[in-house]
Amino acid sequence: MRQICWTLAALASHWRKHPANLATLILGLAIATALWSGVQALNTQARRSYDSAANAFTGGKAQNLVAAQGGLFAQDLFVALRRAGLKVSPILEGSARIGKKTAKLIGIEPLTLPRDVGLAPLAGNRSATGMLTGDGLSYAAPGTIRDLGVLAGERPLTDAGFKLPPLVALSEAPPGAIIVDIGVAQKALNRPGRLSRMIVAPDMRIDATTLTEATDRALRIVEPEEDSDLARLTDSFHLNLTAFGLLAFLVGFFIVHASFGLAFEQRLPVLRTLRALGVSARALVAAMVIELSAFTLLAGGAGVIGGYLIAAALLPDVSASLEGLYGAQISGALTLDARWIISALAMAGGGALFAGASGLLKTFNLPVLSVARPIAWREAHRRYLARQATFALLSLMVAVLAGYFADTLEGGFTVIAASLLGVALLLPLALEALLRIGEALSKTPLSRWFFADGRQEIAGLSLALMALLLALATNIGVGGMVEGFRHTFIGWLDQRLVAEIYYEAATPHDAREIEDWARKDKEIVAILPVWRSKTRIGDWPVEVMGMTPHTTYSEHFPLNAATPDVWRMLHEEDAALVSEQLARRLKLSPGDSFDLPTTGDSWRLRVAGIFPDYGNPKGQIRLDHTRLAQHFADASGIHYSLRVAGDATTRVMTRLQETFGARIARIVDQAEVKKISTEIFERTFTVTTALNTLTLVVSAIALFASLLTLSNLRLAHVAPVWAIGVTRDRLATLEMLRILVFAAGAALIAIPLGLFMTWALVDIVNVVAFGWRLPMHIFPQHWLTVFATAQVAALVAGLVPVRRLARAAPAELLKVFANER
Amino acid sequence: MCVRGLSKSYATPQGPLPVLRGVDLTLEAGETLAMMGESGSGKSTLLHLVGALDDADAGDILLDGVNIAGLPENGKATVRRETIGVVFQQFNLIASLTVGENLAFQSRLANRYDPDWMARLTQRLGLDNLTGRYPEQLSGGQQQRVAIGRALAARPRLLLADEPTGNLDEPTGDAALALTLELVAETGCGFLMVTHSVRLASRLQRQATLAAGTLIST
Repeated sequence: MRQICWTLAALASHWRKHPANLATLILGLAIATALWSGVQALNTQARRSYDSAANAFTGGKAQNLVAAQGGLFAQDLFVALRRAGLKVSPILEGSARIGKKTAKLIGIEPLTLPRDVGLAPLAGNRSATGMLTGDGLSYAAPGTIRDLGVLAGERPLTDAGFKLPPLVALSEAPPGAIIVDIGVAQKALNRPGRLSRMIVAPDMRIDATTLTEATDRALRIVEPEEDSDLARLTDSFHLNLTAFGLLAFLVGFFIVHASFGLAFEQRLPVLRTLRALGVSARALVAAMVIELSAFTLLAGGAGVIGGYLIAAALLPDVSASLEGLYGAQISGALTLDARWIISALAMAGGGALFAGASGLLKTFNLPVLSVARPIAWREAHRRYLARQATFALLSLMVAVLAGYFADTLEGGFTVIAASLLGVALLLPLALEALLRIGEALSKTPLSRWFFADGRQEIAGLSLALMALLLALATNIGVGGMVEGFRHTFIGWLDQRLVAEIYYEAATPHDAREIEDWARKDKEIVAILPVWRSKTRIGDWPVEVMGMTPHTTYSEHFPLNAATPDVWRMLHEEDAALVSEQLARRLKLSPGDSFDLPTTGDSWRLRVAGIFPDYGNPKGQIRLDHTRLAQHFADASGIHYSLRVAGDATTRVMTRLQETFGARIARIVDQAEVKKISTEIFERTFTVTTALNTLTLVVSAIALFASLLTLSNLRLAHVAPVWAIGVTRDRLATLEMLRILVFAAGAALIAIPLGLFMTWALVDIVNVVAFGWRLPMHIFPQHWLTVFATAQVAALVAGLVPVRRLARAAPAELLKVFANER
Repeated sequence: MCVRGLSKSYATPQGPLPVLRGVDLTLEAGETLAMMGESGSGKSTLLHLVGALDDADAGDILLDGVNIAGLPENGKATVRRETIGVVFQQFNLIASLTVGENLAFQSRLANRYDPDWMARLTQRLGLDNLTGRYPEQLSGGQQQRVAIGRALAARPRLLLADEPTGNLDEPTGDAALALTLELVAETGCGFLMVTHSVRLASRLQRQATLAAGTLIST
């Protein structure tokens, strides 16, 4: 033990002498851990919220009863069912604006709320006493209360002017929701005597016949599994996040690997001396493992804190995109979770051990007596390059095989990861070749030295340059995909959102009255009912929507592929338009046939066309409006879009709102829908862009760390040239130029690699993850930006070491020639 | 070379540490001088100052009548490149360049590359068959010969050597020195060598001794 302690003290002295190296090592490990744990924190938080939302009322196992044709239904039905002996509990849900935030208001009836579903604390007499006596009580999760900017005990005021009962914190409440007594909810939402659904007690199962008899087809059953799709639908989103987290971790790992490698080289004489002084190889390795563990704890701990901060910063965007895309409510307050803390520390430990493994192995096999000859770098470098080339070819082979055989998301990411790794490993070889060409073409001795010395420098910088290449390629790859998606998406929105006004009636009855009214309005050119229903094909949820024969669709509705007479076929035959993701899932092409499960039956349809449906996690089928009504008795008839003349949009919307008030549940104009959709799109990619930028920053740090560590070793290479008569300023300029050449080389290789990544994301990952294939766009301007970014990153990273060289005192350079060196 | 009142001290936590205290020294062209003294006596510092590798605190260093002590960085670099050749104990060859490239490096840099002289030098140094190799592939003696060749390739007016044989065994060291002296005589440059060895010093024309930064005998 004494031996290990003294060895540790001797090893630690290296870091005392080179604090900057220690800082970069810790920083690298901490940043890598932070990016990984940040992403894990986001994923854990989101999944926890899905569970909370799914279990809140149904526990994932209870049936729900909803209006057969969508919308709300009369409270009398609840009374009728209870009288018939069915154990059901009423729920009314709606949105309420409180200040600048929107909360989901959920009205419950505590006395009938089943005890064995989620939110058990609210079931029964005790909470009923609180909710039903005095001013009553509102319940919300502590995070929701914080997000709303109110305090527990306060009475939030809705924008409609309704004062909710005093708030009580309830950790089991779903995120973003306020739970009140159903009577309070009906008043607050201005829905007197209306309900949105009823929960059936889990110990009871209601069959369709009983329900039909008791409610005269007014209600339909929603089986529990229909609503538990959230976790499954969002899997791809989280896998994408994880993949980017992993990539960022890998880039950080490169820093750690480079730092450890260089530290090992620098400490080689100390290690030899320790061995010569009688320290056993085992004790030496044990001391190094202890040192490594201390770094892991220190950097891992800092990384977990950093990860928490990153996750907290990104959570609002993640939560907004998850809500926009999937309707999932994510708690805005990040909770600490042991799982991601442990996962982060494990990644830090594993990464550090892997990064330090080769050093530990070399230490274990270190000969006590070593021939004191200069390091045969050329020989070592040749072996190193040969090894790199072998691994690179293996990686590229894996990429090709994965591309051929894998049709899963994991397979898609394997293609990307293996090709990135393969090309990154080839980078030093490519740079070596580039420098050889430069050397051969050189006319002056200094330029010849510039290239020859550059080849020697690659060995020390290769890991950092690989990290830079990965970050740049990812930037081009992901940037290209996002930018391409933006182009496609905006064009698609323009085609898809042609109608000027979109509204949702409160009930089907209200919908008919609004429709009658609209027919008489002279400024309304067309009324386009968009009735809709739900079904499942296999285990996948599918939305079924109706379309009326109108030029709005036949002239604008975007189609990827279609039969020649698609619109006639849709309206006159048993035919359907199928969304791209569903068509891909079912392997359908125009002209193919498939069976669509309808209300209690199955309907054989032919595919008239396939349409892009970006951003929709569910499948979608478009049918002729009349045929939809015939086959889906439960189709909700409350959604409509209107075509209006000229600039009449605002006037028509005002008239509709004035005439029908609360009977119109929601009304928006085209601009608003586009704005919302674009906002969702932008926020969805905010996280990706942020991770992308962070990865680039990490790679710049990797370059800086390596250059800083190398700067001490570089003196030995530079001092003889200085002694022969080249000024420090000139040498510093050449050093900077060389760093810029390396970065330029990495950037030039990153461009085709990034393009390949865009292709893999667009053609493999997006298709598997989301079911849609985007047209591939190319953005040369973005490449220029990335190239410039690489140069700036290299310039910034090289500034300190190069400045150090330019200002190195002659005495410092002379040490290179000193006998005692 | 004419050195007058040369002083130099290094900053230490305990205050300035004088290393050279007003040294006066002359060396004619074609003359050889061995500088001896104990470790820390200031030998290497004197060599670094004369070699325009470091800045003096006071005094003059005249090379062919030009005072190099007051020259800026650029001027010093030019002197190092064109007027002086230095042979270090550690050889300090450029690992990334071949032997041939190392030999020619300084002369090309100084724009004084002479293929005939280079060929003769290479042959005299016994390096004809090694020009394509890299320094790490050579023995210590061979590396030292490359260092001598590099320093003399530009035909300097002054050759400086800091313990040039310190890393070599005695016969190899002797041979290297003999070769150096031959080449010095051939080029007619002045030669200042720092050494601990009285035996080696005796082979040069003059000997001088430094003690605590002061020249005590010449």
